[in-house]
Amino acid sequence: MKITRVIRETFTSLNANKLRTGLTVLGIVIGVAAVIAMLSVGQGAQNSITSQINSIGTNVLLVSAGSRARFAGGGVNIIRNIRSLTMADALAVANPIQAPSVNAVAPIIQGGNITAAANGQTTTTTVYGVTTSYFSIRNETVTEGSFFNDQQVNTHARVAIIGVDLATTLFGTTTNLTGQTMHINSQTFTIIGVLKSKGGSLAGSSDNQIIIPLTTARDRVISRPGTSVDEIYVQATSATAVTQANTQISDIMRLRHHVAVGKEDFSVQSQASLLTTATSITGILTVFLGGIAGISLLVGGIGIMNIMLVSVVERTREIGLRKALGARNRDIMSQFLAESSLLSLLGGLIGILLGWLISLIIGQIASAAGTALSPAVSINAILLATLFSIAVGLFFGIYPARRAARLEPVEALRYE
Amino acid sequence: MEDTVIQADGLTKYYRMGEVDVQALRGLSVHIKRGEAVAIMGPSGSGKTTLMNILGCLDRPTGGEYILDGEKVSGLNDDKLAGIRNRKIGFVFQSFNLLQRTSALANVELPMSYSNSANEGRERAVAALRAVGLESRMKHRPTELSGGEQQRVAIARALVNEPAILMADEPTGNLDSKVGQEIMDLLLTLNRDRNTTLLIITHDQRIAAQTQRTIKIRDGLVEETVQ
Repeated sequence: MKITRVIRETFTSLNANKLRTGLTVLGIVIGVAAVIAMLSVGQGAQNSITSQINSIGTNVLLVSAGSRARFAGGGVNIIRNIRSLTMADALAVANPIQAPSVNAVAPIIQGGNITAAANGQTTTTTVYGVTTSYFSIRNETVTEGSFFNDQQVNTHARVAIIGVDLATTLFGTTTNLTGQTMHINSQTFTIIGVLKSKGGSLAGSSDNQIIIPLTTARDRVISRPGTSVDEIYVQATSATAVTQANTQISDIMRLRHHVAVGKEDFSVQSQASLLTTATSITGILTVFLGGIAGISLLVGGIGIMNIMLVSVVERTREIGLRKALGARNRDIMSQFLAESSLLSLLGGLIGILLGWLISLIIGQIASAAGTALSPAVSINAILLATLFSIAVGLFFGIYPARRAARLEPVEALRYE
Repeated sequence: MEDTVIQADGLTKYYRMGEVDVQALRGLSVHIKRGEAVAIMGPSGSGKTTLMNILGCLDRPTGGEYILDGEKVSGLNDDKLAGIRNRKIGFVFQSFNLLQRTSALANVELPMSYSNSANEGRERAVAALRAVGLESRMKHRPTELSGGEQQRVAIARALVNEPAILMADEPTGNLDSKVGQEIMDLLLTLNRDRNTTLLIITHDQRIAAQTQRTIKIRDGLVEETVQ
């Protein structure tokens, strides 16, 4: 039997019972839509986390105090043995002879919940005390004004660079702010620049921060004992040198802190290790969500099987007639398989559209709630859903189709 | 032997029904010449339906030899038998057995969708409908046709692959006697004009009387043959 004829007859027979066809298709639609929506939300979460981690810079490492015991197979960290990092540590790491793979070093201190006031408005924010190398390492740029220079750091200048969200909160604008004064914990500062927006992150918006010289921060805003710093950002000479830089930094730090391998009181994290952890977490999440959605696709498939079994019984005489007219077993088989596959393919196509729509709506809700999550409907997800829905149709169609094909023509014709 | 279309010798058919073996056919032999019109009669349980199923290649005999149109068909597999049915046999049923959701024309085209040569299918289907006098009704669905018209569509469907034999199982059983006679006339005309062998199963003595020969079956054997 010709394939075009099979398809035409399939449409005719599915068209003959529209309500039943519609309800059966609906089962697959819901399953496929759920799979597409869940996979795309998972993919969106992964993309968003990956881009945030990448925005740190592909060749950046972060040295922080306390060791992170890493459990096999997981990304769970426990911080213990907290001993502060110091400016001397930062200087040592920057030594080009001991750490040739290190390009630049930026020690920082940070303080949360700091009062910022200007223009009669008051709010709380996070303040970072940094050195000049911080800007290039973190890929920061300004929309107006400039960063501070080494001289301003050395002279403990009271200058500040603010994020766009903070600018909007305090001044209601993000332009013409250079030269304005503001108060940080009641200390007067002059605004010399506005940071370009980096968007929100899972850890909160980075557009709400204030960056001031490390020296000034230690004097007036964030109290830290001695010359201790909270974290040291390290830029490797290239993305490929990150591993070597990690080794060199660890060697220097172990020597300085008199600790043995495995007993570190500091940790060095590269963006790659963060990325691996984050990817594996979101990957598990995606598989989990997709798996739950897959169950509904399975239920849809059982619906197809149910309807096809009913259809075979109802059309027993028709099958007998077709066999009497010369239909071979495989002709009957392909007719019923075509019907179940078309049902599920139809459901798959509508489900892809619906799932895409759902993921768009989820994206809208997420962005309205302030989380940067743009669900990504990937070609892979669409292909997967299409193939899977056809496979469901074939798999759940095989048993009814075999039953139809194996009917004895004499008995099928006699069936009332 | 050239002109013998059906040559069945010593056909046996046993069914197992529960604990008992039922012998539907007990070594029955039938020979039918090309172009003959033959009626098969017999009371219920005589084995005439079983004989019809075997002669129509819908069922296989337990024993015996059956040569149809020069081809030995006893012992062929399902697919081969399906091919034989498609090419050599046209069935006409008591209850018409048309597909309700498609047009008369599509019903007539159905057997050709199971044969390899279906290029001139549309014209052949139209020609078959013309032969049964339903050319003007070919776009209608079975539900829009009378019983007699439906049986004509079924006859057109049986003719479309130009079979060697037309097998009709109580073709007038669901029709009143006037329409039934029209159908009978049509079958006999086709038999005469096209030299298509006609085999009719019937209870009706008046139907049987119009054929050239009547084979009476009883207890799985040929009881007598009436010329």
